[in-house]
Amino acid sequence: MSLISSKKLLPMAFFVSLLLLVLLSQSNSVLAQGEEPTDDDVNRIAKQLYCPVCESTPLDACPTEACRQWRDLIRQMLAEGKSEDEIKQYFVAQYGARVLSDPPNRLASYAVPVIAFLFGALLLFRGFRMWIKPAESEAVSSMDEAKPVQQDEYIQKMEEELNKRK
Amino acid sequence: MIADFGYGVLVVSFLTALYSVFAAIYGELKKLPNMVESARRAMLLTWPLLTLTAGILIYLLVNDHYEVQFVYEVTSLSMPTYLKVTAWWGGQAGSLLFWSWLMSAFTSLVTFKKWDRDREFLPWVIAVAGITLAFFLGMNVVFENPFRQLYQTFEGINPYTFQPADSILFTPADGRGLNPLLRHPGMVIHPPMLYLGFVSFVIPFAFAMAALITGRTDDRWIRLTRRWTLWAWLFLSAGLVLGGRWAYDVLGWGGYWGWDPVEIAAFMPWLTGTAFLHSVMIQEKRGMLKQWNMILIVLTYDLVIFGTFLTRSGVLSSVHAFAESAIGPLFFVFIGFTLITSIALIIHRWDSLKSETKMTSLLSREALFLLNNLLFIGILVVCFWGVIYPLISELFTGQKVTVGPPFYERATGPLWASLMLLMGIAPLSAWGHSTVKTLGRAIWKPTVGAVIITSVIYATYTQKIIALISFFLIALVILVTIYEYWRGAHARQRSQGENFFAAFWNLTGRNRRRYGGYIIHLSMMLMAIGIVGIEMFQVETQGTIAVGDSINISGYTIKYKEVASWDDNPSGVNYTRAVVEIYGEDGAYLGNLKPRKDFYFDSQQNMTIPGQLASLKDEVYVLLINWEPISPVGTTFKIFVNPLVNWLWMGSFLFIVGIIIAAWPDKDTELAVVRSSKQVRQASAAD
Repeated sequence: MSLISSKKLLPMAFFVSLLLLVLLSQSNSVLAQGEEPTDDDVNRIAKQLYCPVCESTPLDACPTEACRQWRDLIRQMLAEGKSEDEIKQYFVAQYGARVLSDPPNRLASYAVPVIAFLFGALLLFRGFRMWIKPAESEAVSSMDEAKPVQQDEYIQKMEEELNKRK
Repeated sequence: MIADFGYGVLVVSFLTALYSVFAAIYGELKKLPNMVESARRAMLLTWPLLTLTAGILIYLLVNDHYEVQFVYEVTSLSMPTYLKVTAWWGGQAGSLLFWSWLMSAFTSLVTFKKWDRDREFLPWVIAVAGITLAFFLGMNVVFENPFRQLYQTFEGINPYTFQPADSILFTPADGRGLNPLLRHPGMVIHPPMLYLGFVSFVIPFAFAMAALITGRTDDRWIRLTRRWTLWAWLFLSAGLVLGGRWAYDVLGWGGYWGWDPVEIAAFMPWLTGTAFLHSVMIQEKRGMLKQWNMILIVLTYDLVIFGTFLTRSGVLSSVHAFAESAIGPLFFVFIGFTLITSIALIIHRWDSLKSETKMTSLLSREALFLLNNLLFIGILVVCFWGVIYPLISELFTGQKVTVGPPFYERATGPLWASLMLLMGIAPLSAWGHSTVKTLGRAIWKPTVGAVIITSVIYATYTQKIIALISFFLIALVILVTIYEYWRGAHARQRSQGENFFAAFWNLTGRNRRRYGGYIIHLSMMLMAIGIVGIEMFQVETQGTIAVGDSINISGYTIKYKEVASWDDNPSGVNYTRAVVEIYGEDGAYLGNLKPRKDFYFDSQQNMTIPGQLASLKDEVYVLLINWEPISPVGTTFKIFVNPLVNWLWMGSFLFIVGIIIAAWPDKDTELAVVRSSKQVRQASAAD
């Protein structure tokens, strides 16, 4: 029981705290007009973007000239007082959704693995119940069965030996 | 001329591999032992043949034969000889040949084994391994010939396998040179390791198929390939770790793993392989999950092929690239063919693969191992979906998307955490039967310990909830593992009168798979410390400063001392190197770092080499981003502080040690059984 509940708790805790993190990290992203944006301000946004040419390299780490120009553009937009979301939207409008590090259609991208996992879990637990139900009625006989299955004599001997020493 | 000879040998190797497949199948079906023997010898012959092919290619690479297209693309005059040799796997055609060469070495090794007890497996093992080998060689022969030469015709200069009419051989004065990123020592060893891992997983697959075809579906095939699987896993793991280290050292983004599709391609067979390593134990111990183990090894094999295909076909960039590349669709067909055939075989033998025993408890070791399998497959599904999602999206909606780290981190995070929880519980549960009570009795002490450790971390290091959950799980697994170790050693100490260290040593020696496994668990947790550290506590800053100025980050002061730039003409590189001094919080001088920017003339590419100041607590990682010789402003540095990251590398090292312990060959098994039974008798006499 404790296993199952903690298994549910963990992902929940994970998602809740992730949500909090996301919310917190987005709060102070708008610069006051006229304030000079720092490299760190630029990189914070660039980190979340990918240029269409340099695959798999986030914009903040990409050394190419084109990516440098993109970063300059981010800097310029920040200086104009644009918010992080506005800047990201600008790049999406210009170059398509592929500039974002996360697919825009969250439902489609996350649903499939989640459904697949739940399906697997369901199969497994059904299997468990099927296995265990008949086993409970004939628990004694199945325990008897369990032993001769250990075919590897060496391992069996080892186990016996180890058991003796405990 | 030499190149033509090389191509000739390549074709002969291909035909030999094909012959061995047909001879093995024909000989077995017609009951002609001589034919099977001939197939075995043909398979043995592929290795010297491919060694000769590879030797010729290396000769061409080392001696600057730029008329050969492959040599022209991956080497240049300025490269040192050892790099010219390793450029063998620096391009597509060469790396496919490298794959085949390793594959033939492994198959040869297998065919050398004593087959007396398992004669019926032999022809099918040869056939399955041979089909794989022939497929890869066929790619080389037909589409990716590394010996193609450049000829000038009226249409211009193009590569041809056979000299076209009215053409002359064209020899460029210099080659284009290897991508500088691939010139790092880590990159020299990383692909061979990965490929070794890839090809060695073909062997257990071949045995599994042989078991299915012959109907000998007991666990003999698993026992025969247990060590292969462990060595395959060792190589694959080492390849992944080296790849991570390489990325950390040369890619210049302060990280080791970017959830890049190419990384994931190598990671996916590792996931199924790891699940397989665990679930075969259930089959050995309890005679269960035979069908599942078959499915896992088939998946691993096809993911190996898929991984090679992903990294080699350019499919990931776009569906169009896939359609354009000649080898893409063929890989696809081959994966489909092997997958369908093996699944059909599994279905054919489904009944004989039924479990011999039943699951008796949800908390038994086998039940927990099954959960472990579910989680590994869950991570696999996330990875697989993430890799193919851009293609699916483009195909169905026309929208190109990127699936980056946030997706993978969110989707796999809870799965990793659950896996760690299992790693804490499973070693304490028993085969066959465990109850909440027995498990609770075993686990409460480590749990209390982990809670205390987490509280200390809460008070002194972090209040981040995800980090605390992770540290709790890490502490739990480490304590459980040490506790298990200690219990075993203590028992030995008492019964054998050995001192603690001898008991410790002998315990590991006597049951290497179990205790090697524990060492692997421990090492995983050390790696997890590093991963939690860098993922959750990494800080970075970037700034442009003049000589003499400094940047402050996380209590460190980075002071810019000087910069110099010079050409190294023989190597064809321009180096720009800055020197910065690092001071700690109290102003103490900690050392200096020399971040570099290397510009390679031949390939016109930059490489950013970080300066790293490592400690157990964290690592200061300084990158030289920009420097203009006449800029009055100064030099731009990007600085990361990566907490705990070195635990990742220490863990990786221990990890390899753990696998070597688990995979080390036993002395002759028959002898071991006799000896152990004798000892048991002695022990019982002593009782």
